[in-house]
Order: sequence, then C-alpha cells, then structure tokens
Amino acid sequence: MATPVLDKVEAESAASPYITVTMRIRRFNPEVSDASVWEDFQIEIDPKERVLDALHKIKWDVDGTLTFRRSCAHGICGSDAMRINGKNRLACKTLIKDINPEKPITVEAIKGLTVLKDLVVDMEPFFQAYRDVMPFLVTKGNEPTRERLQSAEDRERFDDTTKCILCAACTSSCPVFWNDGQYFGPAAIVNAHRFIFDSRDEAGEQRLEILNDKDGVWRCRTTFNCTDACPRGIEVTKAIQEVKRALITRRF
Amino acid sequence: MSADTTSTAIGPVEGGAHYDVDNPAPYIEAPRKRTGKTPRATRGNFEMAAWLFMRLSGVVLVVLVLGHLLIQLFLDGGVSKIGFAFVAGRWASPFWQVWDLLMLWLAMLHGANGLRTVINDYAERANTRLWLKGLLYTATVFTILLGTLVIFTFDPNIR
Ligand code: HEM
Ligand code: SF4
Ligand code: FES
Repeated sequence: MATPVLDKVEAESAASPYITVTMRIRRFNPEVSDASVWEDFQIEIDPKERVLDALHKIKWDVDGTLTFRRSCAHGICGSDAMRINGKNRLACKTLIKDINPEKPITVEAIKGLTVLKDLVVDMEPFFQAYRDVMPFLVTKGNEPTRERLQSAEDRERFDDTTKCILCAACTSSCPVFWNDGQYFGPAAIVNAHRFIFDSRDEAGEQRLEILNDKDGVWRCRTTFNCTDACPRGIEVTKAIQEVKRALITRRF
Repeated sequence: MSADTTSTAIGPVEGGAHYDVDNPAPYIEAPRKRTGKTPRATRGNFEMAAWLFMRLSGVVLVVLVLGHLLIQLFLDGGVSKIGFAFVAGRWASPFWQVWDLLMLWLAMLHGANGLRTVINDYAERANTRLWLKGLLYTATVFTILLGTLVIFTFDPNIR
C-alpha cells in the first residue's frame, strides 16, 4: 500500500528552489564596437538570491568578460548601483523574487555617466562634484584635547544624510544631471547637507555659497527621482529643499 | 550550478556602429572637469532670485490668471461678450489696468524664465543655447513693451 505521507516528503525534497531566469544585460565593449548590445543569459537561480548573485553566476560560469563593480556585496560600499528593470538599485540588495523573474530582468549601467565597459561607468564627474562641496569637517581655533561633543538633538539634525554610501544611484537617476552633467547632483548636496547642519562644523556658509552656483541647488526641479532611487532610504529631495531653505533664510 | 546557458544577443541598441579607426568618435570632455574654458565664478544670487521669483509670481498668477479666465470666459455671458466695447469699458478703470499690467509682466517674466530653464536643460550646444535664448529674450521684451504701451495709451475713441 502506498504511503501518501512518504510520497509527499519525497516530492518536497525533490522540488528544487531553482528557477530559470533570463538576465538581459546591456553589454558595451569599446574595443569591439562603439554600440552597446542587449544580451540574454538564461540561468538557474534561487529566487531568494540577488541580482548580484545572478551576475556572479554569469561571470564565473558563462561569460568571464561580463564586467561590473562590486566589493562588499552587502549594500555598504556603494559599488554596484545599476539600472535594474529601469530603476536604479544596488544589485546586492535586489532579490530576484522582488522584480518579477517571469519576465527578462534588464540590467544596464547607470545613466548620465560615461560607460567604460558593460556596467562600469566613469565615476570621476560624480566624485568631482562630491569633492567640490568640501565633504570634511572644517573648524577654527585650537584642536580640543578630547572629542568634539555634540548633543543628541544636534546629531539628529543631520542623521539622515550621514547614511550616504556614494553609490550614485540618486545622481544618475536625476533628469537634470542627465542633461549636461554639470549639475552638482543630489549626492553632492546630500553630503554638503551632512556638514552644513552639523553643529561642530564651521564652514556651512562656505558650502552654501558653493551650492549657490548656477549648477547648484537651484537646478533641482523636485522630481523626487533621487529619493526613490536611494538604496539607503535617505530623504534626498528633502535634504536638497533644506539646503535651499537655508540659503534663502540666511540671506533675507 | 547554472545549467543550460544560452546567450543570445537580441540586437543593437543604438542603431549600429557609427565610428571606426578612420572615423573616430569625437572626444567629449568630462563634465565638471576643470579646463581652460571653465569660467572662474559661476556663483551668485541670480539663480536663487529666479527660483524665488518663479514661486512668488506663481502664487500671484493663480489669482490673476484664474480671475482673468473667470471674468473673460464664464461670467456674464461668457466669451461672446468680449468686444471692443467690453475692453474699452474695463480699461477705463485703473483697477483693471493695473491687473492686466501686472498679469502681463508677471506671466511674461515667469514664462520667459521657465523657458530659459527649459533651454538650459535641452539645448546641448552652446550656440543653440545662445540663439534660442536670444530669440526668447527678444520676443519677451517685445511683447512686454507692446502690451505695456497698449494698456497705457489705449484710446476708446479711436476711429
Ligand atoms: C497659474 C499660476 C502659476 C503657478 C502657480 C506657476 C508656478 C510655477 C512654478 C513654481 C514653476 C517652477 C517649477 C520648477 O522650478 O520646477 C513654474 C515653471 C514654469 N511656468 Fe509657471 N506657474 C503659473 C502660471 C504660468 C503661466 C501663466 C505661464 C506662461 C506664461 C507659465 C509658464 C511656466 C514655464 C514655461 C515654466 C518652466 C517649466 C519647467 O521648468 O519645466 N506658468 N511655474
Ligand atoms: S544619497 Fe543615497 S542614492 Fe545618493 S549616493 Fe548616497 S546612498 Fe547613493
Ligand atoms: S557591493 Fe557593496 S554596495 Fe553592493
């Protein structure tokens, strides 16, 4: 007599978590062609794995020429921002099951920065804007012998913008940045905000002046793309608005 | 691990190759790079003033434009009532003169500054920008001057 219980156990252990997913990747290799090409890869993957794992499978087992950046693989180094299904995300924080694996999953480089190869872009303009806002503590007078103290409320004021990992997901999602790449971009403003509203810092006025540029905060059109894109959940548009408000209230 | 793997290219994205060894792609300067052509100071309060003006004029325009549309198109017989006599009657009052003058100036400057933003965003070459903005400023100045002239010199007894 068949034992239904055993059958069930057997069936369950036989069921594999793996599904077949089509990864549609926008390839670009300047040594081969000046045009980029969409390429499909069919891979077996557990839907609970991440897009980064899918890219690893392709790179390690299928096509070693696939080029992308990643370092920590845990959403903290900011290397692997890419446009996945048309939205900027970190490949290491995006689960396959969350982005409809029934359809091909498109992966391409973030927009607005020069593509060097496949998913790797030239981040130099992005970091130039970052350096331009002086992302370091500036103080006058003698250095204290102990740490610089700050109240919990003062720390809370800029807490949100300390979380940035400089992944460029926000800046490369901004239509104003896409236009000519001259706009400082949300990430630079977020990192300026981090110091402008820090009670220990004394160069707030200087940073505000830097962002009062013709390509500074006033080019922001409040589209909220940056807030939607930020993998750290930073309220990017709000931070930009706060910088605008500080500029206006300090002057009038 | 990953079993059956087929890689099928599904076609070019941007309409094939344009450049080769004999016909290299033009060199594009990286944005934000400091070059000889980089202007020294691009800071100043103009963009802030423009930004503020857009919001302030917008608030005033809500009243002016909606009031204007309401009076011209809906109240008291709608659009069919508008004629020379109607305009002459309204511009006899300094209140409507000021209303229309304010609306003219604010809407023109607001619209012109809005289009300036659009040109800055969409015109890629410096020359295109220059010409489009030249055209925009000419049209704006012309319309504002003509409108102002008409409001101040309107003569209801013109024959
Ligand atoms: C009725 C009340 C109005 C309000 C409240 C208003 C408000 C605004 C604001 C706040 C902006 C800036 C948007 C930004 O910086 O992202 C803007 C842009 C603009 N406005 Fe107005 N406006 C009004 C009427 C008008 C009128 C009558 C015109 C045409 C003469 C006009 C033409 C424009 C243009 C061309 C832009 C630029 C569009 C863009 O930046 O994408 N607006 N408006
Ligand atoms: S603000 Fe968010 S999206 Fe922008 S660079 Fe920082 S972490 Fe990335
Ligand atoms: S690999 Fe470090 S953030 Fe994704």
